[in-house]
Amino acid sequence: MDFTLNDEQQMFADTARTLLGDTCTPDHWHKMMEQGVAFDAARWAQIAGNGFTLLLLPEAAGGMGLTELDLALIAIEAGYVALPEPLAESAGVGAPLLASLAPEHPALADPAAIIAVAPAINPVVAHADVAAAILIEQDGRAYLVTPDQVSLTPAETIDPFRRLFRIEWDESKAEDLGPADWTLALDRASLFAAAQGLGLAQRAVDLAVAYAKDRMQFGKPIGSYQAVKHHLASAQTAIEFARPVVLAAAAEIGHADVHSRARVSEAKIVALEAAEKAARASIQVHGAMGYSWEVDVHLFLKRALALKAAWGTPAFHRSRVATRIFTQPLGADQTFARETEHA
Amino acid sequence: MDLTYTPEQQAFRAEVRAWLEAHVPTAPLEHYDATREGFEAHRQWEATLKSGDWGMVTWPREYGGRGLDLIQWLIFEEEYYRAGAPGRVNQNGIFLLGPTLMEFGTHEQKQRFLPPMASGEEIWAQAWSEPQAGSDLAGVRATAVREGDEYVLNGHKIWSSRAAFADWAFGLFREPGSERHKGMSLIFFRLDQEGVTRNPIRKINGHVGFAEIFLDNVRVPAFNRLGDEGQGWHICMATAGFERGLMLRSPARFQEAAAALAALWQSRKESCDPALEADVVRAHINAEAYALNIYQTASRLMAGAKIGPEASTNKIFWSEMDIHLHETALAILGAEAELLPPTGEHEWLDDYIFSLAGPIYAGSNEIQRNIIAERMLGLPR
Repeated sequence: MDFTLNDEQQMFADTARTLLGDTCTPDHWHKMMEQGVAFDAARWAQIAGNGFTLLLLPEAAGGMGLTELDLALIAIEAGYVALPEPLAESAGVGAPLLASLAPEHPALADPAAIIAVAPAINPVVAHADVAAAILIEQDGRAYLVTPDQVSLTPAETIDPFRRLFRIEWDESKAEDLGPADWTLALDRASLFAAAQGLGLAQRAVDLAVAYAKDRMQFGKPIGSYQAVKHHLASAQTAIEFARPVVLAAAAEIGHADVHSRARVSEAKIVALEAAEKAARASIQVHGAMGYSWEVDVHLFLKRALALKAAWGTPAFHRSRVATRIFTQPLGADQTFARETEHA
Repeated sequence: MDLTYTPEQQAFRAEVRAWLEAHVPTAPLEHYDATREGFEAHRQWEATLKSGDWGMVTWPREYGGRGLDLIQWLIFEEEYYRAGAPGRVNQNGIFLLGPTLMEFGTHEQKQRFLPPMASGEEIWAQAWSEPQAGSDLAGVRATAVREGDEYVLNGHKIWSSRAAFADWAFGLFREPGSERHKGMSLIFFRLDQEGVTRNPIRKINGHVGFAEIFLDNVRVPAFNRLGDEGQGWHICMATAGFERGLMLRSPARFQEAAAALAALWQSRKESCDPALEADVVRAHINAEAYALNIYQTASRLMAGAKIGPEASTNKIFWSEMDIHLHETALAILGAEAELLPPTGEHEWLDDYIFSLAGPIYAGSNEIQRNIIAERMLGLPR
């Protein structure tokens, strides 16, 4: 039993923090919003160049063969900068799913290729128009298409950095890759959404802390008032108790049992609640500025709302936790229990 | 990261389980805060624990412990709550003063005080708060005047948990004329000695869980001072860290309570508002999140890290979790919730009432939020 990260994992996370922190700054956000775009090809090339898109791919498919835990640490950093590009969706969900079905697919050979995913549970597909391949779920099978083989209708979203499409497709024009593990895809997507939630939450708190130190009212910085402090302390508490759940979910996801699925769902629920709580606290602390487009807090609120409902609503994930609670032994000795031990 | 138990840890769990199954009293003991008899029955249980060397498992053997690491401690606690073993009447000693003594005490003090603490021969009360000094602990007024090899203690302590029946208390006292955080010392005194008057105070549930203590020229040897003269504030802040953090509140009790809540829900859901299931699931999620956080903290500490202001987030999380869990139980019980004796195997009503104390003791949650804001987030005072 060792619930700590190793040096290599810490190093990866540090590298991601630096790269994403440098390339996805408030200046970048503002420029993209002015231009109405939600994809920066130069930044994506740097992300791919650093190997982040290869992390979860098996070595046989040209990847690095690392684990969900390693990518989750990077997804936390992606959340911290409200990254527009589909690092979590493509590298965390699409690429390993494609590799499991068609390991020789040419899209896997290009680290910058985007693999979009259209699961039955989501109404829209992210970054479908710039994808090299789109994997579509139908009746438990995966169908492979390219954007030119389908009809994509842009779906407007409140999050300026989400690039979403409704998809219409024709089975006869798609390649049937056979039965696919869509549950694992959902687990991975939920895990990386949760990880991004941790980053979103921390950034919302950090923005509010910086503002509360500067903003003066009644002759004092507003951060010296308890009412302001308590909002942010509550948000930080939520983050502190979501983080270990996310890391445990990442470490346990490979078991693919009722316990690991419940853990992923717990992580998605608590991390995106923390993100929403932190964003709302941050808006409150910023006052009317927080309610304006001028201050960046809205980006974190909107992303939190989007990720909270994508890949299963809180009610959907609560029902997966309920399955674990009501079908397996419960109690203090069951924290790290596995289904196989009870079979 | 490896979230599996080693074969040694599994064997340890089996050893604890077997011992507890053989020794945990079959009938529940009367509560230690209810009567002197209940208190003494718990003291007897502590002696039984000690007979199996389970008194204070993380302490070094030379001080009456078992020398186990924090993961083993968590496993022990899991088994302890799983077995439904009695509450620890000496928790002030073993979880608060013990670790503090270990860090700040002299070798002679450790030899004198720790073994009888681990065995329950001497049960401790905390005597920090005063009528004028609760959350603002630096406002204590009780005095300690040095006379040769002795201190003479005077003052009025209140909200002292266990003090109605306990043997010893550890209190904060100041040099006359000193102010705020300066000039305070942490000093031990016997509760049955001359000059000490204790008046039990009934808690909201009717138990005499605390007392107020009047000290009138109480003489204690200078040996009873922990740490240097005037260092009391520094030491008591370290103790508060233990209190808020992982030592006092192991995850197991919340996980067992969440499991009992799930069972209660399953037995009664036909007659309940179906929306309550979300709260039952939430109680489980909270208990798991707390356990994972503590496992993570234990792993970090074993790797050499020190506990910091994040202990304050623990205090907020477990106290709020505990209330929510018990609120949910009362909601499931519905109109039966108020009835005495409580319905069902679990003492939901009593535990609910106890949970309301969580955000108050060990430093109120308002104070904890200030600590988080100032020391973790860096907001101005």
